[in-house]
Amino acid sequence: MDDLMNMQGQGHVRLGSSAGQALTRRDGILKVTGAATYAADNRPDGLLHAVLATAGIAKGRVTHLDVAAAEAHPGVVKVYTPQTAPRLAVSPDEKIHPFVWRMETLTDDSVRYAGQPIALVLAETLEAATEGARLLAPRYETEAHGVTLDDAEPFETDTTAFGRPAGHSSGDVDAARATAARHVSTTVETSQQYHNAIEPHAITARWEGDRLEIDTPNQAIGLSKQTFAAFLGIDPSQIVLRSPFLGGGFGSKAILYGGQMLAILSARDLGRPVKLVLRRDQMYGPVGHRAPTRQALQIDLDAEGNIAALEHDTVTLTSTFDQFLESASNASHSLYAAPNLRTSHRGRRADVGTPGPMRAPGEAPGSAALEIAMDAAAQAAGMDPLEFRLKNYAESDPSTGMAFSSKGLRECYAEAAKLFGWAERSAAPRSMRQGRLLKGWGMGTAQFPCPMFQAAAHATLRADGSAVIETSAADMGQGAWTALAQIAADGLGIDIDKVEFRSGHSDLPDAGVAGGSGHTATAGTALFNAGADAVRQLAELATNDPASPLFGAGNAGVTARSGRLYRNDDERSEAYEDILARAGLELVRGEGTGAREGEPDRAMFSHGAVFAEVLVDPDLGQVRVSRLIGAFAAGRIVNPRLARSQLLGGMIWGIGMALQEEAVHDTRSGRLTNADLAGYHVPVNADVPMIEALTVHEDDPFVNALGIKGVGEIGVTGTVGAIGNAVWHATGVQPTRFPIHPESLI
Amino acid sequence: MNRFEYSRAETLGAAVGAEGALLAGGTNLLDLMKIGVATPERLVDISRLSLDRIEESAGGLRIGAMVRNADIARDPQVLARYPALAEALLSGASAQLRNAATTGGNVMQATRCSYFQDPLSPCNRRAPGSGCGALGGATRNHAVLGWTEGCIAVHPSDMCVALAAYDAVVEITGPEGLREVPMEEFHPLPDAEGSGAAPLAPGEIITHIRLPDPRALARNARYVKLRERTSFAFAIVSAAAALAIEDGVITEARLALGGVAARPWRCRAAEAALKGQPATAASFARAAELATEGARPSGDNAAKIPLAQRIALRALERAAAGTPERLPALPASVFAGDDNG
Ligand SMILES: Cc1cc2nc3c(=O)[nH]c(=O)nc-3n(C[C@H](O)[C@H](O)[C@H](O)COP(=O)(O)OP(=O)(O)OC[C@H]3O[C@@H](n4cnc5c(N)ncnc54)[C@H](O)[C@@H]3O)c2cc1C
Ligand code: SF4
Repeated sequence: MDDLMNMQGQGHVRLGSSAGQALTRRDGILKVTGAATYAADNRPDGLLHAVLATAGIAKGRVTHLDVAAAEAHPGVVKVYTPQTAPRLAVSPDEKIHPFVWRMETLTDDSVRYAGQPIALVLAETLEAATEGARLLAPRYETEAHGVTLDDAEPFETDTTAFGRPAGHSSGDVDAARATAARHVSTTVETSQQYHNAIEPHAITARWEGDRLEIDTPNQAIGLSKQTFAAFLGIDPSQIVLRSPFLGGGFGSKAILYGGQMLAILSARDLGRPVKLVLRRDQMYGPVGHRAPTRQALQIDLDAEGNIAALEHDTVTLTSTFDQFLESASNASHSLYAAPNLRTSHRGRRADVGTPGPMRAPGEAPGSAALEIAMDAAAQAAGMDPLEFRLKNYAESDPSTGMAFSSKGLRECYAEAAKLFGWAERSAAPRSMRQGRLLKGWGMGTAQFPCPMFQAAAHATLRADGSAVIETSAADMGQGAWTALAQIAADGLGIDIDKVEFRSGHSDLPDAGVAGGSGHTATAGTALFNAGADAVRQLAELATNDPASPLFGAGNAGVTARSGRLYRNDDERSEAYEDILARAGLELVRGEGTGAREGEPDRAMFSHGAVFAEVLVDPDLGQVRVSRLIGAFAAGRIVNPRLARSQLLGGMIWGIGMALQEEAVHDTRSGRLTNADLAGYHVPVNADVPMIEALTVHEDDPFVNALGIKGVGEIGVTGTVGAIGNAVWHATGVQPTRFPIHPESLI
Repeated sequence: MNRFEYSRAETLGAAVGAEGALLAGGTNLLDLMKIGVATPERLVDISRLSLDRIEESAGGLRIGAMVRNADIARDPQVLARYPALAEALLSGASAQLRNAATTGGNVMQATRCSYFQDPLSPCNRRAPGSGCGALGGATRNHAVLGWTEGCIAVHPSDMCVALAAYDAVVEITGPEGLREVPMEEFHPLPDAEGSGAAPLAPGEIITHIRLPDPRALARNARYVKLRERTSFAFAIVSAAAALAIEDGVITEARLALGGVAARPWRCRAAEAALKGQPATAASFARAAELATEGARPSGDNAAKIPLAQRIALRALERAAAGTPERLPALPASVFAGDDNG
């Protein structure tokens, strides 16, 4: 609690007047009226439209592009190819930090995957640029390619996504296995998936002399500014990056891609603003995806049904030119009490674009497989799935031995099971019916880590009692504009309606990345601290000013509330406006940061329990998730309405991952056969008849001073496995692959 | 997209014989133009033609080619007399698309074969003589009936399956005058080289779809559609069934399958086997087996054959149970039956 004390300083502020309220989105009206401007809505004077030409083969070399035909097309201004494209200041493979992928900027004529950019066409209109790109009619020299998990030998690796260790071992798995009563072995495959944000990747770039203005949807404004600067060889101070709204990101907009660089380089080269918006089909290749996985789990049980050993191995794909390995096995590190634990990852290289982080990267596929394995083990132990999970409840993190900072999972199990009616479940597969339909009940445990990044914020109290708060946060639709302002209002001790929020702009203090479900915690802490700092300054002014009713209250302190400071030792108070007016000040400005200091000595996770009911047509194999209920322990809930939306959204992703989402390659051409939203299915409303997400109370004094965990990704975890287990219970068919196809159930 | 000319036909006379691609609701044609599959040099917009009425005709209905899919689906006459047509329409696409899509466009919509949609793939349908790109590829959604090595695509329309079951007739006007083709035969099956003859000659336009009097079929008609996503997805397989039942005996049966062939597939053998039989589970099961007579997988889609039989069975059973007073909230869904509690 030391942090909290420090932060309060002389003027106490309380979290909880605004935070905790189910406010609607502050940007909602802007969005539904179309007044919110997204990156592609910008149309600076003299704008050129850029369109990427992409490769139609999976591997080889471009031998010819009909640049003359394209440039002859009316309206086309310029075609950039590897021969003519302007260059980055540094190598496209430069790894200036761990969140940098190879910048594919037309540096050579090789093709490494289908859909890779091979040229950029700039024209006066989008139509002309589009036709110009088509007229390039590339010719290729092809080489044999492979795009699936079966096409290459696995390679060993030290690290997976974000430099995490690729393996873990604690205890002695082999010794435990030798004496175990039962051994349960499970394999599960998950599919290649795409983010499918409704707003495609887009950028509008404009140079004013050596000053660069960029509008692009971005989940990590501060970091991206540095990255742009490094690759362009300019100083970060020369760049303005605006990203007030994102139409979804899901991880894909935390990473910068070559296309954005090319738009900027060509704007500089041609001396005109350039806009590049990826076509929907171009969203399936150069801007990341979730790689498929093949996971093998071994669970050894003692005679009482305790897990004696747990082993989780993942094979996953990455590209031939970069590495991002879905860290699926890590899902087994900290969830169930496994005294002997071994996890591993291996990669394979395929002729595909480089995968990247996608909502619950690693955790989502890992949890899907782990939860199926847990049900397999429960069956082997002859136990109810919930009873089995409770029996193997981890009181401390099995991979590190650390205590949990807080863990309300038992309450989650209890609340969700009660609402769901789990006690009525009949154990045998195919034993529950609704009319002619098979009914199945399944469950899964949700877990997601609570990282914090680095953020800074300013909070300025103005003479009229209003405030402006500033941090470069990213609202991806999740509600950061609202939830962060709520925290800031409490930090300032004023009503949220008096708070103007400036965000989504790189000139503002860096809010860190909107990713890892850590944005509210990190940027929120910075904002709260900034507000508290401003209040502290006011308190100092007032308590030292003989003309103030607060004079002399310094020792007992004052408390900020509703735009006034109140003495703690009697009833007297004074409004912020009056304090500032008397001091002759226009404003006071507070500064704050948010970060976790040092290595945590506790395991920090959000948890949840998800219960699914499915109906399966026994003849036709079609599955319907008829009920989905989750309960989550995710620390302090800043805005219950937005948190619920995030949790429901995550759970609905789980429906998609369990039953629908799958990129299908033609293995012969290496191209996708369903690179659009008609062919690649994500759930629609009709797929979600009854869904509920509860939150259970959880105080976490360790995770950060505000007790905030995260809600953005956890909903995906647990859900996929719960649905898979429900299908298993309904049909007797153990899922070995997600998405589950009707054909596999008849 | 290529440059093209655009003109609007104000009269049927101006549309007939016009050179260029006919543009109706545009929900299919414009998509195909954007992905470079259709590259017409001229678009003739027929969306304003006054073929936008549903009229009584010889005891049946005559639906203009410009009537929007949504308007057919909520027409009281259609709901009362051709409920399987309404159910099929409502199971297709999304509300927004159905508001834009026209009768003629729905009939003429292109296959969703992903190789047809990929200009880089060979495709006999798109580029005659280039070969079939789908054969040997990702063929989970391809045909199991009436296909050749030249083309294994399916026609994607739900509406046409119901129309075929109702013995609908396509009215066509061309430079040579009028002609009529039964819906069932309108879409050509592929020949050995690929696509087969074009359904329309250059300059021809679909003006109406004519539905004969359904008589007793109105009381027992349903459409059922299997898909992974509950809405906004094409059929894996689907079936329209209509029965006339007198005193428990089937006096007339109609059964058509969707998602299995390059045309809506009328199951004549199954229909014949049902006629005169009691409306019982055993009769339906026998008929359902006959529904896929001659079926064979064209790739990794062998499961479609049992699925088609089972969807046929489900449609027959539901039809026998009687047309519901109101269409279910999830039209045509496997989960929308009274049989499912
Ligand atoms: C995402 C998506 C999902 C869909 N899902 C389904 C589904 O589940 N089930 C389903 O059945 N359909 C589905 N559809 C297809 C939809 O039904 C068709 O796109 C629509 O019916 C086409 O009608 P239109 O008027 O827009 O045709 P247009 O796009 O205008 O035209 C399509 C074709 O028909 C020709 N044409 C149009 N009118 C005439 C005429 N009168 N005479 C001769 N030729 C004509 C045009 O020249 C063109 O070749 C879906 C479409 C999309 C985009
Ligand atoms: S199945 Fe037919 S439409 Fe598809 S690629 Fe083959 S020829 Fe073309």
